[in-house]
Amino acid sequence: MNYKQLVNKPQKLAPGHRSCAGCGFPPIVRTILASTDCPIVASCSTGCLEVTTTIYPFTSWRIPFIHSAFENSASTIIGVESAYNVLKRKGRIPKDKEIKFVGFGGDGGTYDIGLQSLSGALERGHDFVYVLYDNEAYMNTGIQRSSATPMGASTTTAPAGKVHQGKEEWKKDFAKICAAHNIPYVAQASLHNPIDLSMKAEKAFRTKGPAVLIVFQPCTLGWKYPNDMTVEIAKMAVDSKFWPLYEVENGKYKLNYKPSKELPITDYMKPQGRYKHLFRPENKGLLEKIQAHVNSEWEKLVKLCEG
Amino acid sequence: MSKIMPFTGAQAVANAMRQINPDVVAVFPITPQTEIMMQFAKFHADGDVDTELVRVESEHSAMSCCVGASAAGARAITATASAGLALMWEILGVASGSRLPIVMPVVNRALSSPINIHCDHSDAMGCRDHGWIQIFNENAQEAYESVFLAVKLAEHPDVLLPAMVCLDGFITSHGVQNMELFEDKEMKDFVGEYQPKKWLLNTDDPVTVGPLELQDYFFETQKQRADAMMKAKEIYLSVGRELSKITGKEYPYFEGYQLDDAEAVIIVMNSTAGNTKAVIDKMRSEGKKVGLLKPRLFRPFPYEEIAKALSGKRYAAILDRAESYGANAPLYGEIKNALYEVQEKPKLKSYIYGLGGRNIFEAEIENVFETLLSGDFDPMEVGHIGLRGESQ
Repeated sequence: MNYKQLVNKPQKLAPGHRSCAGCGFPPIVRTILASTDCPIVASCSTGCLEVTTTIYPFTSWRIPFIHSAFENSASTIIGVESAYNVLKRKGRIPKDKEIKFVGFGGDGGTYDIGLQSLSGALERGHDFVYVLYDNEAYMNTGIQRSSATPMGASTTTAPAGKVHQGKEEWKKDFAKICAAHNIPYVAQASLHNPIDLSMKAEKAFRTKGPAVLIVFQPCTLGWKYPNDMTVEIAKMAVDSKFWPLYEVENGKYKLNYKPSKELPITDYMKPQGRYKHLFRPENKGLLEKIQAHVNSEWEKLVKLCEG
Repeated sequence: MSKIMPFTGAQAVANAMRQINPDVVAVFPITPQTEIMMQFAKFHADGDVDTELVRVESEHSAMSCCVGASAAGARAITATASAGLALMWEILGVASGSRLPIVMPVVNRALSSPINIHCDHSDAMGCRDHGWIQIFNENAQEAYESVFLAVKLAEHPDVLLPAMVCLDGFITSHGVQNMELFEDKEMKDFVGEYQPKKWLLNTDDPVTVGPLELQDYFFETQKQRADAMMKAKEIYLSVGRELSKITGKEYPYFEGYQLDDAEAVIIVMNSTAGNTKAVIDKMRSEGKKVGLLKPRLFRPFPYEEIAKALSGKRYAAILDRAESYGANAPLYGEIKNALYEVQEKPKLKSYIYGLGGRNIFEAEIENVFETLLSGDFDPMEVGHIGLRGESQ
């Protein structure tokens, strides 16, 4: 799809929800839901997306939607998918009616508390798409550290202080965890590139079996940057090689984008308040360590893509 | 024509599930429930059911899968015990709060710690206030029939609440009994097909399930759930009457055995009620006026009816197979509550028994009756049947 086609698709997530100005997930959700013409049923884990779109008696969802709890978006949507399989067999759903299933979850609900539920659903081969919107912390509860939080970022449970400089561990490599399940499709995408995102969502919906989309979603409140910079921050994450755009299709890695001008990681980090403390002179070594890590991860990925 | 079959309680329940042929069944092993799901998986493998069988990776996901399936418009069943039920706890509330009529046999087993795989009721009692209908069953026969009753009751449009069918771990689940298996077609017709008004897979009429409700609506939603639970009490009887037409059995709130003229009554649920009946037969032959009140429906609890049945009795002992640490034992507490407005109330005694599968013997039950009949007991003191170092 091109931009014109994309913007002319029906809006399945209605405007008027209560996410923050500059929030990254509404365009992600809209782009993904616009990437299939089949009816969709969605589930969502507890988190910003769910609480800002379903405040009773209102709902922003123009498609059937279910929220159950924090850690079970995957096991809830596969329940819906299982019901679909059997009701179709029993004739309660017309044989020619194709419905798509998508489970949404944030990084807390996926990298951490919902990892088991997603892993089980991937292993069993259910026909569904899982969308992880990764904003790198528990944002709905007030910016707490998750296993998706990157090294050095300050959060409310791993704040930068006199002794500790924010998170002291590396971010979990979630795409590779999903790929290790030998599922047909895994992709990393970013909200600043809706054409790439939509292409991946189309592929994910077309895939028979489980597909996972991991979408980078800057968070104006949690990352502490001006709320007109969301798209730009996402683009810088990709251009600095921090968040590579790639696919793993039936085990085959493919890099979708190589920045023509690679940005130093500090360019990406500088506008974000969560990294402010790293720019103090005494933390120079930490910045160098992060840059080295980005470089080595990128090289490993490039090798995988070269097969 | 019904058939007499030598079944364990687990086989009985699995056969009920086979006859119902649920749309979606989520399975996860836990002793002593596993036998149910192994038997059902065999039915599935042999094509006796065309259920979508989901072998989830935990009980938390079993209940989550049932929530998704039920909201999608399918009839969903799972089964569990003990720690499995505890792991589901969060989603039990989601199921009842979202008004999803999921049915779940619970093979009662002790909760850790220490770990113990044998029977007591601490698992089901731990979630008694979670908006699930709870039906307790003495034996395989009752458990089998209760599964059908539970499906129809849970799915009643004025109820729409999930239901547990409780049976004693090992004692009932693994003990072989001759039981009456009713005809497949009759039982299938009895439950019919689940047809909810709103369902996720009806994509032309989108619905949002599980929204955020704040101070302005949450309270009303909870009141609706409480009202539905009260309605379930009446509807339990009418569904039971319908089931009677096939089975010829009755489905009261509680069973009375030699209760009408009894001076001393034991109140106990599930398998121990059977032992108590044997003791009553013996003591009645000696001219002693002893009787049994066996609650079957624990949630919603039939306070008025039990109060009426106990009014005028001299003594009653309530035997709980679960502790409520620092409070009245669960069944004892309910019975005491029920009697508050009764003028001629019996003198009560609370006993704890059988935790972690500790056997209870007929002589011990007889002792309880003798203690009651003597009138010489302290109603404030909790007895422990079969506890090391404690005489009754």
